[in-house]
Amino acid sequence: MSRRLLHAVLPPLVPLVALALAAELAVRAGWVRAFLVPAPSTVARTLYREAESFRALALDTTAASLTGFGLAVAAGIAIAVALSSAVWIQRAFYPYAVFFQTVPIIAIAPLLVIWLDFDRTVPASAFIVSVFPVIANTLAGLLSTDPALRDLFRLYGAGRMATLWKLRLPYALPSIFTGLRVAAGLAVVGAIVGEFITGSGIGGDIIVARQQQRVDRVFADLLLSALLGIVLFSLINLASRLTLRHWHASERAGAEEL
Amino acid sequence: MVESETTSTARGPAGPASGGIAVDLHGVSRVFDGGVVAVESIDLHVEPGQFLALLGPSGCGKSTILRLIAGLDRPSRGEVSRSPSSSSAAEHAPIAYVFQDAHLLPWRDVADNVALPLELRGIGRARRRQAAARAIERVGLGDAAGRYPAQLSGGMKMRASLARALVTSPDLLLLDEPFAALDEITRHELDDELQRLWRERGMTVVFVTHSLVEAAFLAQRAVVLSRRPGRIVLDRVLALPVERSAALRTDPGFAREMRALHEALERGTAP
Repeated sequence: MSRRLLHAVLPPLVPLVALALAAELAVRAGWVRAFLVPAPSTVARTLYREAESFRALALDTTAASLTGFGLAVAAGIAIAVALSSAVWIQRAFYPYAVFFQTVPIIAIAPLLVIWLDFDRTVPASAFIVSVFPVIANTLAGLLSTDPALRDLFRLYGAGRMATLWKLRLPYALPSIFTGLRVAAGLAVVGAIVGEFITGSGIGGDIIVARQQQRVDRVFADLLLSALLGIVLFSLINLASRLTLRHWHASERAGAEEL
Repeated sequence: MVESETTSTARGPAGPASGGIAVDLHGVSRVFDGGVVAVESIDLHVEPGQFLALLGPSGCGKSTILRLIAGLDRPSRGEVSRSPSSSSAAEHAPIAYVFQDAHLLPWRDVADNVALPLELRGIGRARRRQAAARAIERVGLGDAAGRYPAQLSGGMKMRASLARALVTSPDLLLLDEPFAALDEITRHELDDELQRLWRERGMTVVFVTHSLVEAAFLAQRAVVLSRRPGRIVLDRVLALPVERSAALRTDPGFAREMRALHEALERGTAP
């Protein structure tokens, strides 16, 4: 087990460490000016010294991302179920679901502040950018139910609800998880963009730090937001692996994915 | 393997106890959207408890006929009827369908897959687990009840699929090229198994296949369809003993039946 963990964690660490060392060297040697790119050691020191403030910012952003993501999952799956229930519903409403994918969140966020309030803008922004992948992937999964199994359910007189719960939704699970993986990263992006407007959390701090020429702090913020995305993504992968462990050999071995 | 053992009627004296229902297709045609005629003017009466093989080239509408019999599809013209089932208990479903692939639910173990038809019919957990265990035992999967489909071989998956079909004690078992994807030896094993189950339970069986050997080995009666649009080219009661054994495959009578089926298949395939 620990060996497997090592195999999973070690390879991605190699380029990170190499890049950090290269950056450190470049800054110390004066090839890159420190007010443009801070030395990794400076960023680490900043993170350590100002840990208290970073912790509060990260908590803010995490809470908003998770709220937006949770709403996106619940609403996305419910919308996909509704869309899959009839062809005409799908034709009528799916184009409007695509709206969520194409909406320029940075342009909408100021509106959100006006419509909602500051507290709700950030989760709403996370929700808007992450709901579409959930809808699209869940819908694709729901529409790909094995026709033979649908026949089987009909043959034994299963109703709509039984078919949804016992066949179509479980059958769509691999697809749903694909949607969740994409949505998790996007939720963090959405939250950060929302925070650019509200001035809270990591996103807000990026704006402030930039105005104060604190590139070290901007980099620390970037690092934290990336970390948040990675943690969310990994949690989804873990959930996927646990849920689908009986499905096929790949999930049992759990080899290829992060 | 003597001629006198065979009978002219579909059911021999040593045949299975009657437990099946009759199926009637009267002037049945099925035209799909876009005008493709899958089957045309099919008249077919299947006796209760009969084992019927439905043969024909690919795309001749064999599966369409099976779906029509199951009530999963409606004929464009003509009528499909089934005699009423002898039992109306909830555990009992009149029709069971076995597909070419096992089509098990990958998130359920064998026991829960086999119990699915009972679950859908609202049978309580204890009773359906019991019935599933019996069906699993009957197809020789006893020690695999707790395993998941991904952990089973092709033959074992098919056995599980067969158990799922039998768990409701159907009067009519429809099989759509069920063992076509399996290797030769496994297929023979499952053919034997199916024969045994049919003799024990006496349900009506309609078995779609494109294998002449399989049809002649399993069925009492064979119906050969032409290529699309499917029409009946041959409807023949096989003059073979009710009790089938592996030795039958080398019997002269077996070869004669095979030849008759083969000729009909060629006639039906010729343009």
